[in-house]
Amino acid sequence: MINFWGYSISETRSINYDKNDKAMTEYIAATVPSSKLCIGCGGCTAGCTAGNLTDFNIRKVQMLMKRGETKDAKEQLQKCMLCGKCMLVCPRGVETRKMILEMLNFIKTNQKLED
Amino acid sequence: MAKVIIIGGGPAGCEAAHQLANQGIEVELVEKSNETGGNLNNWYQLFPDRKYAKDLNAILKGHLEHPNIRLHLGMEPKKIEKSKTGKFNVPLTDGSLLEGDSLLVATGFKIFDARRKEEYGYGIYENVITSVELENMFYNHAITTAGGNTPKRVGIIHCVGSRDEKVCNYHCSKLCCITGVKQAIEIRELLPEAEIFCFYMDMRMFGPGYEEMYREAQEKYNIKFIRGRLSEAAENMQKQLQIKVEDTLVGKPLRMTLDMMILLVGMESSEGTRQTAGELGLNLAPNGFIQPQDPHYRNNFTNVEGVFVAGCGSAPMNLTDTLADARSAASCITAYVKNHKI
Repeated sequence: MINFWGYSISETRSINYDKNDKAMTEYIAATVPSSKLCIGCGGCTAGCTAGNLTDFNIRKVQMLMKRGETKDAKEQLQKCMLCGKCMLVCPRGVETRKMILEMLNFIKTNQKLED
Repeated sequence: MAKVIIIGGGPAGCEAAHQLANQGIEVELVEKSNETGGNLNNWYQLFPDRKYAKDLNAILKGHLEHPNIRLHLGMEPKKIEKSKTGKFNVPLTDGSLLEGDSLLVATGFKIFDARRKEEYGYGIYENVITSVELENMFYNHAITTAGGNTPKRVGIIHCVGSRDEKVCNYHCSKLCCITGVKQAIEIRELLPEAEIFCFYMDMRMFGPGYEEMYREAQEKYNIKFIRGRLSEAAENMQKQLQIKVEDTLVGKPLRMTLDMMILLVGMESSEGTRQTAGELGLNLAPNGFIQPQDPHYRNNFTNVEGVFVAGCGSAPMNLTDTLADARSAASCITAYVKNHKI
């Protein structure tokens, strides 16, 4: 369609918390309870081996997941090398490595179900 | 006349002694070092009014020249016992024996040993210092690197030894945030050209005038605040520090070279606090500080009758709260000795 007026409709950037699917959020909260302890200090991301070279940001990934923004989180997950350096730094004792693995597990199981 | 033994001659012990003495109670004040004032002796200026620590110290010290107060400097209790009649017997290291009707624990806090946070490099890299050492530099009106140069970029690291389960401290030391703001301003006054950064997780401006001071630090003193916890520091050939943090508000890892790094070391319960608690059977909170009977209306009472607590023995406190806590403890003790018809 030709756009006569120079306007287009863009989707909202805001997190639609009411609509977002929080199945992964609930699954992670249950399987990795320590993930609830994050205070967003960014210590994990500062030393992250993957984040040094790519736009991977573990703090952001888990925050997105907690808000039900799972699509964004899924795209990022593959970049983690599971080195566990984030765990050594975390002042709250979040089991970051387990959290990533469980997020991957959740995606795998759900895809199987969908197939 | 009723008699009270106070263990610890820091601000809490001194203030409580003065208040009790004014109520006609005899006070035996025991201090392990050769002067009173405790940790206040290591400070140059105080937040939020930039009062000289030595001026406050002089006031507290002056109050001790009261006929009801006996000062025992350079002495420690060999042991602390409560007799069956409810009296307290405290033999001191010089062989004298104190007897009291009530006992006030004012044994305070100790500074977190920054060496325990090895990845920050204190004791390894020469230009990493603690907030306490910085106070000493303020005292001498000179901030220089270990090599004698004027630092061009200074980083202040919040929450060192606080809010960190890796060093077994869950608690917030409460004062470091405002100390960081105060010290950043003091650095600016001595180093007008330097870039000054504070790396914080949360800015906890809990007291009157604190938030205003934070605002002033940004507005008037051009202090920059970056929200991110230091992950690690390394030293380069020029003895500068290369730090790694995440700038969490930008959402990207950040590298920065600093000429000097200041660690805002937190507060832990002192050896004296733990030892006194051990001997008297006082309950400790999970953070190692003495557990008061109730956080609101019995915050100076311990689980042992006749034993009271004041100041940072029970929790990290600023000086305003410490002095108020000491006065509150003094009024509780006055009521206690009156009710027991001592």
